[in-house]
Amino acid sequence: MQFNLRTVVPSLIVLAVAVLPLLAPTTQVLLTLALSKGLAVLGVIVLLQAGQVSFGHALFFGVSAYAAAFVGKGFGGGELFSMLAIGVVASLAISVVVGLFVVRYRHIFFGMLNLAVSMIFFSLLEKFYHVTGGSDGLSVARPLFLGIEMEREGFEMVLFYLVLVLALGAAWLTHRFLNSPIGNMMRTIKTNEVRLEYLGVSARNTLLVGYIVSAGLCGLGGALAAVAQGVVTPEYAWWIRSGEFVFIAILGGSGSVGGAFVGSLLYEAVRTYASAFAGDVWQMILGIVLLFVILFAPSGITGLFARLTGRKASPASEEAGQ
Amino acid sequence: MTERVLLEAKGLEIRFGGVVAAQDINIQIHEGHNLAIIGPNGAGKTTFLNICTGYLKPHKGKVFFDGKDVTRLQPRHLVRRGVARAFQIPQLFTEHSVLENLLIAGAAQSRRWSPFRPLHQIPERKAMLHLLDMVKCSHIADRPVSELPEGQRKLVDIAIALALKPKLLFMDEPTSGVASSEKFEVLDIIAEALTEAKVTSVFVEHDMGIVDRFADEVAVWNRGEVLFRGPPDDVLNHPDVIRDVIGEEV
Repeated sequence: MQFNLRTVVPSLIVLAVAVLPLLAPTTQVLLTLALSKGLAVLGVIVLLQAGQVSFGHALFFGVSAYAAAFVGKGFGGGELFSMLAIGVVASLAISVVVGLFVVRYRHIFFGMLNLAVSMIFFSLLEKFYHVTGGSDGLSVARPLFLGIEMEREGFEMVLFYLVLVLALGAAWLTHRFLNSPIGNMMRTIKTNEVRLEYLGVSARNTLLVGYIVSAGLCGLGGALAAVAQGVVTPEYAWWIRSGEFVFIAILGGSGSVGGAFVGSLLYEAVRTYASAFAGDVWQMILGIVLLFVILFAPSGITGLFARLTGRKASPASEEAGQ
Repeated sequence: MTERVLLEAKGLEIRFGGVVAAQDINIQIHEGHNLAIIGPNGAGKTTFLNICTGYLKPHKGKVFFDGKDVTRLQPRHLVRRGVARAFQIPQLFTEHSVLENLLIAGAAQSRRWSPFRPLHQIPERKAMLHLLDMVKCSHIADRPVSELPEGQRKLVDIAIALALKPKLLFMDEPTSGVASSEKFEVLDIIAEALTEAKVTSVFVEHDMGIVDRFADEVAVWNRGEVLFRGPPDDVLNHPDVIRDVIGEEV
C-alpha cells in the first residue's frame, strides 16, 4: 500500500499538471512559471545537500534570462532552443567565476557572498540603462520553435509542455547526480569535510561542481521564465527572488528533487490566488504557511508525505528545513 | 638486508606560542612495521601525526615519504601518495550508512566519479564489502554510522582508511573510547586487517597493554622530543620510561 502511494501520488501530480491547462487554460502560464521557478529551486536544493544556503541564486536566474533576451533582441525574435542554450551557458560561465570565489566560504559567509554578487549584478542591470533597459527591463519577443513561427496560444501550449518535459528530465538527472559518488561527496561537506579531505578529495572542488550544476538549473529556469513572461527586468536578479527560491525549497522539502516542484507549484498558486482574493494579506498568508511548515513539517511537504507513507525523511532535509 | 624507509622526519620543529610541541624530531619509519608512539599528555605525539598527515606544517624540518619531500603537501595530496589516517574520534559521514561510508572512500580512491552512476553500483562495491568483512562489520553494512557503538565506529574509520589502499596508516589511539572488555577484540581485528592489507602502521597509544600486544617497535615521546626507540620489551621495561610515562610495570 505504502509503495503504491509513493509511486502513484507523484505520478498523479505529474498527470494533473499535464492535463490541467487543457481543462483550465488560464492556469497554463501560471504552471509554466511555477515549473520554471521550480528548476531554479532545484538548483538551490542541490546546494542545500552540502549544507550551504545561497541567498543570491537569482543571479543565475537573471543572467540567463537577460542572455536569452539579448539573443532574442539581436536575432529578431530568436529561436527558442538557442535562447535557452545561450542562457544556460551564460549562467554556467558566470557560476565558474563566482563559484571559484564563494566555495572557499561556508554557511552565513557563503550565503551572504552570493547575495552580494547578485546585488552587484542587480545594480548593473539598473544602471546600464542603454543596454539593459534599466528598471523597465527588456521585452522578449516570441521566439521561433524549431524554425516555426507560432501564434501566441499555440506557442504558450508548446512552451508549457516543453517546460514540463525539461522539469521532469532535470529532476531525474539531478536525482541521479545526487545519488552518484560525487553527489554523495557533496553531501559529506555538510557532515564531515575533514574526512572528505582525508579521502584525497578537495571539498572546494566538490562544492564547485555542485555550484555549477545548481547555477545551470537556475539558468534554465531563468531563460524559460523570460520566454514565458515576454519581459525581463532587474527583479529577476533581486535578492527577494533569491529568498523566494530558498522559501520554496523549505516549503517543498529540500531533501528530495520533487520538493522543488511541489513547493513551487503550491507557492505560485497561493501567491496568485491569495493576491487576487486577499490582496492585502497574501504575504501574511505565505508567512503563516512557512511558519507552520518549519514548526510542524521541517522536512517540507515532500518530507511530510514521506513520513505519512512510512518512509523515514532524510536527516538532510530535516536539518535543511531547520 | 636493509629495510626500506617509508617515511622519514628530519629536524621537525613546531611551536604553539611558547609551547614546544616538536623539537628536532628525527625518525624513520620502516616498511612492514607497526610502530607505537607513547608518551605523557602534551608530549607532541598527535602533533607529529598531524604534521606527517599534512594537517600541520612544521616551522622547521622536513618530512619525506617514499624518498620525496611531502612537508608542504595538503592532506588530500598525501592520501593520493599512500598516507592515510584514522582518527582518535572516528571521522565518519554521519548521514550515510556504514557501507556508503566505505563506497564513498572507494570512489574517492579510484577517482572514477561518473555523475550519473549510483553510489551503490560503483565497481569498487565488492572490494568495499570485503573490507567490511575484514573488520567484521558486514552485519552492520546498512546501519547508519550515527547509531554505532564506539568500537564499531573505530573499525569503520579504519576500514575507510584501508579503502584508500595506503602504504602507511597513522592511527591516533585506535582503541580509545572502546569499552575495556572489547579493546583487545577490536585491536585483534585491526591487526588482522592491517596484516591482510599489508599496511605499515604508526599509532599513538596510552594503553601499554595494547602497545605490548600490537607494536613491534615503540618510540617514546616527551616534551616534543623522541627519547627512546626500540622493541617493546626493551622500551617498556626501561626504568626511565616506567618512571616518566607508564608509572608502573606492564
